[in-house]
Amino acid sequence: MGYRSSVEILTEWDIVAARQLGRNEAKEVGFGTVDQARITTAISELARNIYLYAGKGKIEIERISEGGSFGIIIIASDEGPGIPDVRKVMEDGFSTSGGLGAGMPGVKRLMDDFKIETVLGEGTVIKATKWIR
Amino acid sequence: MPQEIERQYKEILRQYVMRQTEQNLYAGQNFSRQLIQKNIAPEEVISIHKAALEEMFPELPMNVWHSFDLLIEMMIRYGLAHAEHQSLLEQQEEIKVEMDLAANVQRTLLKTTVPEVAGLEIGLVSVPARKMNGDYIYFLSDDLKNAGVAVADVIGKGIPAALCMSMIKYGMDSLQDATSDPKKVLDIINRIVEKSVDDDMFISMFYGRYNVEQSVFTYASAGHEPALFYDAQKGEFSELHAKGLLLGVVPNVTYAQHEVKMEYGDFIVMMTDGVTECRTDEGFIEQEIIASLIHSLRDESAQTIVDTVYKELEKMQNFELRDDFTLVIFKKTH
Repeated sequence: MGYRSSVEILTEWDIVAARQLGRNEAKEVGFGTVDQARITTAISELARNIYLYAGKGKIEIERISEGGSFGIIIIASDEGPGIPDVRKVMEDGFSTSGGLGAGMPGVKRLMDDFKIETVLGEGTVIKATKWIR
Repeated sequence: MPQEIERQYKEILRQYVMRQTEQNLYAGQNFSRQLIQKNIAPEEVISIHKAALEEMFPELPMNVWHSFDLLIEMMIRYGLAHAEHQSLLEQQEEIKVEMDLAANVQRTLLKTTVPEVAGLEIGLVSVPARKMNGDYIYFLSDDLKNAGVAVADVIGKGIPAALCMSMIKYGMDSLQDATSDPKKVLDIINRIVEKSVDDDMFISMFYGRYNVEQSVFTYASAGHEPALFYDAQKGEFSELHAKGLLLGVVPNVTYAQHEVKMEYGDFIVMMTDGVTECRTDEGFIEQEIIASLIHSLRDESAQTIVDTVYKELEKMQNFELRDDFTLVIFKKTH
């Protein structure tokens, strides 16, 4: 496991703190401006979902490397209600039509890899990975 | 590829900064078309612009470079919205293809053969307003003595209506007896529908049976549009009313049954509300207009009458069909 740092999400201000952490990490790992903005947007989205639907949780950023490639994983975890229908939240037009923002499909598009684990009543863990091209 | 794009963009930008001509702007716009085709996100475009500018004017103040970072940040969501639109468009295309396939399945599934009965001409036209038809026609005949026709209309149109149709078809298939009384037919179908559909789904149905030996047309209706009877000798139309509740409302319904004797040249026009509720921007097309149109065609074959009526009403409605359109004519020829 690589170097990991985290931000607790309790209030809306923590979203900004999580963004700041993500941007700093992305910059240090060597991502360009556009990818930094993409990673930050993904963190924003994940942190907002924790704040809005789980109440509290955390965003962790892990640096990774493999075969000379470098990247980061965003881990968003909460002990909220869980997602009853994952397929639905992964559908285009589901969250955007309600004005909720880019939603999960947006996060998936911004990153290279996206994994979601959720248990009703126990919480959700989302891992989103991005590599430097 | 990105490097090639950067190079080309830098050249276009250089030209424009030098000379602000329409031609140079046009080149830029054409280039953006390429970028869209290659799925280059808007934030990427700004980043390319920034990089080109940095090379051309490295002495610009820091404030300017910072402002681009803000713009890139803002464009991320535009990029996402664009990508989402693209994917929704693709999905829409898939749904369209699926709908076409479903409509084909429906056509095959609900195919019915127009019976050939001595002394009777049958004309039929049934056109869906959208891809799937919510009107349904089913013919039954036996030993050339009887020709039965069911005209059904699911309230509503499109896919839900179309799905309902298969139920009517299998109900009718189970009868396989053209001598059955129309009121009996409606009773059986009503029980099937009542058991199988939601309370908010209603189906109207008309069932008519022509007996060759007696030249009698017997009919019953479950809340369907009345049929028109054309009396050739009198040269006038009358409505064939029959009381009966829509299908699927309650399990036990006694349908009223009536009959009419047909003479040479007489015909019966059965239809769905897609015909009677034809309307233009000025309002409904009057029933008399439809009747007089049919009257003017009375000496034509049954198929020519239905085809011509459809074409005329389609024209009157500016080729916009608001509801599924079905017209069946039974015409006594000798």
